[in-house]
Amino acid sequence: MTVVIVLGCVGALLLTSAAALAAAGAKAATALVYTACLAASAVIAAAALSGLVADAASSEITLPLGLPWIGAHFRADALASFFLTVTGLGGAVTSLYAVGYGSHETAPHRVLPVYPAFLAAMNLVVLADDAFTFLLCWEFMSLTSWALVMAHHREPGNARAGFIYLMMASFGTLALLLGFGLLAGPQGGYEFAAVRAARHPEAALILALALAGAGSKAGLVPLHVWLPLAHPAAPSHVSALMSGVMTKVAVYGFIRIVFDLLGAPGWWSGMVVLAFAAATALLGVLHALMQHDLKRLLAYHTVENIGIIFIGLGLALAFRADGMPGAAALALAAALIHVLNHSLFKSLLFFGAGAVLTETGERNMEHLGGLIHRMPLASLAFLVGCVAISALPPLNGFVSEWLTFQAILLSPAVPQWGLKILIPAVGAVLALSAALAAACFVKAFGVTFLGRPRSAAPAKAGEADGFSLAAMFTLAGLCVLAGILPGFVIDALAPVTRDLVAGRMPLQHVLPWLTIVPISESRSSYDGLLVFVFIGISALISATAIHRLASRAVRRAPAWDCGYPDPSALTQYTAGSFAQPIRRVFGTVAFRAREHIAMPPPGEAVAAVLRVELHDPLWETLYTPLGELVAAAADRLNAFQFLTIRRYLSIVFTLLVLLLLVLAIWL
Amino acid sequence: MAVIRDPAIQALQMAVVVLLAPALTGLVRKVKARLLRRRGAPIVQPYRDLLRLLRKEAVLAENASWLFRAAPYLIFAATWVAAALVPTFATGLLFSWSADLIVIIALLGSARFFLALAGMDVGTSFGGIGSSREVMIASLAEPAMLMIVFTLALIAGSTQLSTIAAFMGSPAVGLRVSLGLALIALVIVALAENARIPVDNPATHLELTMVHEAMVLEYSGRHLALIEFAAALKLLLYVSLIACLFLPWGLAPAGDGPAAMAIGIVSYVAKLALGGVMLAVFETTIAKMRVFRVPQFLGAALMLGLLAVLLRFVSTSL
Amino acid sequence: MTSLDFDISHLLAGSLVLVSFMLLYQDRLYALLNLYALHALTLALAVAWQARIQHAPHLYVTAAIALGFKAIVIPGALRRIVARLGIHREIETAVGIGLTMLAGMALVALSMVVMLRVTSGAAGAVAREDLALALAVVLLGLLMMVTRRNAVSQVVGFMSLENGLVLAATGAKGMPLVVEISVAFSVLIALIVVGIFLFRIRERFDTVDIAALDQFRGERR
Repeated sequence: MTVVIVLGCVGALLLTSAAALAAAGAKAATALVYTACLAASAVIAAAALSGLVADAASSEITLPLGLPWIGAHFRADALASFFLTVTGLGGAVTSLYAVGYGSHETAPHRVLPVYPAFLAAMNLVVLADDAFTFLLCWEFMSLTSWALVMAHHREPGNARAGFIYLMMASFGTLALLLGFGLLAGPQGGYEFAAVRAARHPEAALILALALAGAGSKAGLVPLHVWLPLAHPAAPSHVSALMSGVMTKVAVYGFIRIVFDLLGAPGWWSGMVVLAFAAATALLGVLHALMQHDLKRLLAYHTVENIGIIFIGLGLALAFRADGMPGAAALALAAALIHVLNHSLFKSLLFFGAGAVLTETGERNMEHLGGLIHRMPLASLAFLVGCVAISALPPLNGFVSEWLTFQAILLSPAVPQWGLKILIPAVGAVLALSAALAAACFVKAFGVTFLGRPRSAAPAKAGEADGFSLAAMFTLAGLCVLAGILPGFVIDALAPVTRDLVAGRMPLQHVLPWLTIVPISESRSSYDGLLVFVFIGISALISATAIHRLASRAVRRAPAWDCGYPDPSALTQYTAGSFAQPIRRVFGTVAFRAREHIAMPPPGEAVAAVLRVELHDPLWETLYTPLGELVAAAADRLNAFQFLTIRRYLSIVFTLLVLLLLVLAIWL
Repeated sequence: MAVIRDPAIQALQMAVVVLLAPALTGLVRKVKARLLRRRGAPIVQPYRDLLRLLRKEAVLAENASWLFRAAPYLIFAATWVAAALVPTFATGLLFSWSADLIVIIALLGSARFFLALAGMDVGTSFGGIGSSREVMIASLAEPAMLMIVFTLALIAGSTQLSTIAAFMGSPAVGLRVSLGLALIALVIVALAENARIPVDNPATHLELTMVHEAMVLEYSGRHLALIEFAAALKLLLYVSLIACLFLPWGLAPAGDGPAAMAIGIVSYVAKLALGGVMLAVFETTIAKMRVFRVPQFLGAALMLGLLAVLLRFVSTSL
Repeated sequence: MTSLDFDISHLLAGSLVLVSFMLLYQDRLYALLNLYALHALTLALAVAWQARIQHAPHLYVTAAIALGFKAIVIPGALRRIVARLGIHREIETAVGIGLTMLAGMALVALSMVVMLRVTSGAAGAVAREDLALALAVVLLGLLMMVTRRNAVSQVVGFMSLENGLVLAATGAKGMPLVVEISVAFSVLIALIVVGIFLFRIRERFDTVDIAALDQFRGERR
């Protein structure tokens, strides 16, 4: 049932895309296209969610498309339903936001026709049930998102971002192609059902290829380099989709291949995934702290959150291999809840960044400030997103990290020594990255929205439009709901964990006070609802008591600032100065950060200049040499471009003979 | 019976932490003053300060936003809830299951998040310097704290404070090097989190060395009172946490009568006094560190926590 | 063996690892020497405890040697050398303290994985764990020698390494006293040699930073 509805909606999205191509110039096109996308995505989300909650049997359908002897298989099982809920929800809210945001678009003809196709592609990847369809839809998703990244291709840096994205996307698809080739085996069973039934002796290679393929799309270190370039380059609602939803589709690809199709790889698989995931989480958040571009900061946080999700997946792999289905279910559920949570708050934060961008024309935080006075509602919603992503109770980001910690605490039961020692270390990294994320969002919110305006643009900004605000508050509300009622989300995930790791977490929503108890009550429990209510009541009690009994008088006066207030807004702490202590502590090691101060000689009226030098270790050790290698090879091959026809023919002839010789010897 | 008693204990606990918190701060100040051969203000002085601040009008900077006014209430509420969930004199709190140790730490993190934002709100350089240093310190203290939680959870098999406290009071604990390491690390983290010497100086008015005081520089009147109160509560929380985890004797177990409660309260007050005196002695004997020495200090706590986890694995493997 | 016996021996061996970490963390010379004395004292206690639970009185001699030579004589001698030489009190590190500590943690983890795997089922519980922790102490001592520029702290690193060896030896039952005494004396001789050596470096180069030696060999300009 679900699969038919979703395919219908995907068809509607593709039709919208075609219609937009024809009518992109029309004035009403923006609102119409985005409304259509909103409707289609909402239906997808509703259908998938109801299928997931009702624990409906998986539905499948084969369409006579694609390769004639295979057809195109589509199937919606519990895992797909969960991810369809995420893509549908993200798509719907983003479309709502775009109804308002899209009216500021300078090049609507580049965005409108591609946007619905991009939504359709993401849903199709999740639905695909054979390797051919999966890869085709995956590549379609890459190409449509690339087109959206290139929407503003004349802006400096965007062309380079698009180029790097295209390279990495091709690399990822290549890895997946090879991976599916191995999975299909010599018989060439490309349907997922056939793949699932076969045995896979080359599990290690397949895992590596899946990590490279899905990881490059999700932003796993060291394949993350395109992400912080490409995500901010796209229009803000597309950034939200790419960060909030497309990376989740990549996570889906990884789960589908490794958990479902590959069978049960050994415990080493968990170790490999955990190591990459921990590096991703830490490096992502450290990079984010060094950024002053609001959208790029958010993009680096996507890298960090992908790391957190993969930590959960790595734990689930390890626990599953060691025959601990309950623990594996807990870890997998934690990862999936973080998938949902991240899609909520990251979209919300990109919406906020988009609203700031349209109102001020600035992405650089060093030119912003004081927006809480000009955009009170948008800043409130953004604040909710900041609290959620910083993993602070009682919002939703905390729930998934708490569950991941609970899974980590089960590590002593694992028999392998390597895992036993690695998992607590990963826990330390997770705690460190959570604390650094909080620091980073104090910086992001404090510099952008608090303080005084640092340039003319934010001083003149106005509130975001109604549609944008509606979308932002929808997501903020969902963040709060998912934070205080996590039991329902956990219960809804039970079919997914049952299918993938043959275990499930205890039933949660029947517990008193809607508390969540991952293992047993004597071990750990958390009640977001009660904590939320307690904080609310205590704040209310103290506020009422103080206002009634003590004093409510308020006087406005110039800032105190230890007696030396400076009227210039330039003396405020900037994003760079805020990050300086952390840059000194972590950056000198991670990025070889150096500060250079050019002090003018005494008596000269020139400004002193502070320059911070940062090195991206991965870019310099991995990508620059690779680029140089390719360039050198291209230089060598360049000579082949200028040969005579006779030479070309002789090369072809020699090769042909050589191949025949090889054949002759081989056989 | 339990229907009435359990909420009563929980309410009593909420009242006890609020009533005792300023006294602990006062005690630390008094002992420090005596150690420096000053007479010092009476122990009840913090109560008087708070009451006076509460009655004064609040002076807000001209461009202070709603966040600046709401933050003190949120900070106070989050700290209060966290403090009310740590077993102080009895383990069987009505709502102790609603938050385990990780949640309590994270609640304090929420309070700090808003405090750091409030420091940035007016747009002064002192507020910014305070916030940026505070988050730097927190970024190291929080993982160290979580490593301590890991150690305890690995030993007691739970992150639930009442369960850990009950386990630590039982003879099954034995002498464990991991616990010693965790205790040292916890003391370091507590010093950093409460802005005590050697990490920060709660009494300083030399601007460039302040962290906590720099953040709250723009606050006055009732808002300042709430923030000071929250700071006192946080100090009480950490002393109670150390007491409940490492000195769990005298804690009234769930379902005990009033006599056990009375013993619990008396021993709790004694533990608080002991903690306060030890803190004062420690603070008078040590000098404040440069800001960029603090990461090493806290890094040591993180390493101790990790080492505790590792050593714990050795002794479980046998 | 009761669990309390086990807990105490674990506590002492773990403390030895902890003091090794404190040696890594410390960056002032006199405090470093005091810490080394603490290291030796902890070792003496650990050995004495082994003597008690193994009922091996000759180990008490080992403990006494550790206490006398390593906790009192050697730190005192080194302190005098430092005073006579008037060396800088701050230790120059070749690698930052944070990184050194991280590397140290990794070494401890490594030694545990290796030792517990290699000895699984082979020896008694105490011996296995003592071996794991002793290997950690040895590796940490080596790490200290690698990451320090100052010759005195290298000497301290070397001697903490030797303490790790003694811990490993006492954990195994039936170590002959002769071996221990010869080890102790060899270390003492090493100390004397190193002391003379220090004076020589100092006379020649006016510093005990061993980077000066590299320069002399023409390795660093």
